[in-house]
Amino acid sequence: MYNETEIIKDTTELGPDGELVINMGPQHPATHGVLHLVVTLNGETIKKIEPHLGYIHRSIEKMCESLTYRQFIYVTSRMDYLSSHINNTACALLVEKGMQIEVPERAKVVRTILNELTRIASHELWIGAMAMDLGAFTPFFYAFREREMITDIMEDTCGARLTMNYIVPGGLMYDIHPEFQTKVKAFVKQFKEKVTEYEDLVTGNVIFQSRTKGIGVLTAEDAISYGCTGPVARASGVKCDMRKIAPYDAYDRVEFDEIIETDGDSFTRYLVRVKEMNQSIRIIEQLIDNIPEGEFVGKTKNVLKLAKGEFYQRVETARGELGVYIVSEGGTTPHRIKFRSPGFSNLSVLDHISKGSKIGDLMATMGTLDLVIPDIDR
Amino acid sequence: MTNEDIKTYITTHTPEATFDETGEWLNIIVYPNQLKTLATILNGQPMQLDFLFCLTCVDYKTHLTMVYHLTSSKDRTINIVLKANLDRTQPLIETVCDIWRTAEFHEREVFEMFGVQFINHPDLRKLILEDGFKGYPLRKDFEDPINMIKL
Repeated sequence: MYNETEIIKDTTELGPDGELVINMGPQHPATHGVLHLVVTLNGETIKKIEPHLGYIHRSIEKMCESLTYRQFIYVTSRMDYLSSHINNTACALLVEKGMQIEVPERAKVVRTILNELTRIASHELWIGAMAMDLGAFTPFFYAFREREMITDIMEDTCGARLTMNYIVPGGLMYDIHPEFQTKVKAFVKQFKEKVTEYEDLVTGNVIFQSRTKGIGVLTAEDAISYGCTGPVARASGVKCDMRKIAPYDAYDRVEFDEIIETDGDSFTRYLVRVKEMNQSIRIIEQLIDNIPEGEFVGKTKNVLKLAKGEFYQRVETARGELGVYIVSEGGTTPHRIKFRSPGFSNLSVLDHISKGSKIGDLMATMGTLDLVIPDIDR
Repeated sequence: MTNEDIKTYITTHTPEATFDETGEWLNIIVYPNQLKTLATILNGQPMQLDFLFCLTCVDYKTHLTMVYHLTSSKDRTINIVLKANLDRTQPLIETVCDIWRTAEFHEREVFEMFGVQFINHPDLRKLILEDGFKGYPLRKDFEDPINMIKL
């Protein structure tokens, strides 16, 4: 893919200032995907990080140009595969906005519950994987125990565990499983009991704290300038929660706090995500007993056509702000579609915040940015 | 700040700018050589549009359009779309990555996908595609005999 001189550097020979260039990835256990970082080192100190992307580029934007407004939603599940419900919601909301489709209340509430369950599942996976990168193996099993309950709920309701494709323009593809409410309540109960276990295992852990506190500090100004969103920006004190700024679905009728911390280091990013999980539980608790009866999908035409013009929809995924930008010429397929993925902007800050730190700390910085590679490459 | 205030403010600095309010947000269309100056003004006081949340390009077959979605981190209700039409054969525009650092990666993506040249960009190389890739895949006239996506 890249020419040989670029990828294979003789590691025994140092550069002019004693620089050493190493390739991290594309196959590396801690990048959790095919991310390729070319790291320039001076001894153990990082001088420069250069991401090389494209190993999982599937040209989703080009593909969507030849798919109809019913079809293109399914491709977006493969973007950020840990937030597939939320990606689907973004696309469905955009088509609904463009065509003024009325969404039934039942669908809105179910969507919100599913979005929050997805967020918890994503953060659970992240907590396990990140702790594993930093040398703690046990949290992985603890996190997956609860995540398994969510994937089971998803399997019952949507028929899939990862790429759900359950949300369609106008509402939901089919009604929820009869045991949906019971199972979600059981999950909420278990999660509330067990979340203290993570705190005991990870938050108070001296090794974990010394590996993350003060590592990869991101200031609020830089977070804004680099376009960071989601827990990464909120850990630096930037208010950017789309659920608060531009509420969609049922977020305008639930109470929850936007978690804002100001330290901006890796440990704070960890804390923000743990607290966010509790807020998600709070949202689910408010809605689970109040799912309105009625239709689960609104009336739509068989062939969807967006009016000529431009549409933009923003939602809050587990990683930050996902933007879908569509230029329509009035036909059944979009003229141009752009996905503003949160991971892409969050990755661009990696070089800036890890400059000058040690190579061992790169794991903590990269882990807490929560990069999902298919989301970055698209 | 209402749309009318923004329009008056921009007209005083860039009289040639045209506006389009048909969409959800206010669209400002300027000439490519004015974009950098206007972007600097919008980023400064009193507008403080310091958050560039989307940068992309659209191929309209007759011309390319650079699209910048801007908002302010102080007040996220202000959303502005800045546009500049570029010549298709020689697309040339000044970079904005010294104003918004996030533009660096987004412009590299636009460069490889649409062939837009960004003046003064610090590191204008391909980001996602391989080094020897010929053509600009997101342009409408792009043809690839082997892997063409047609459904």
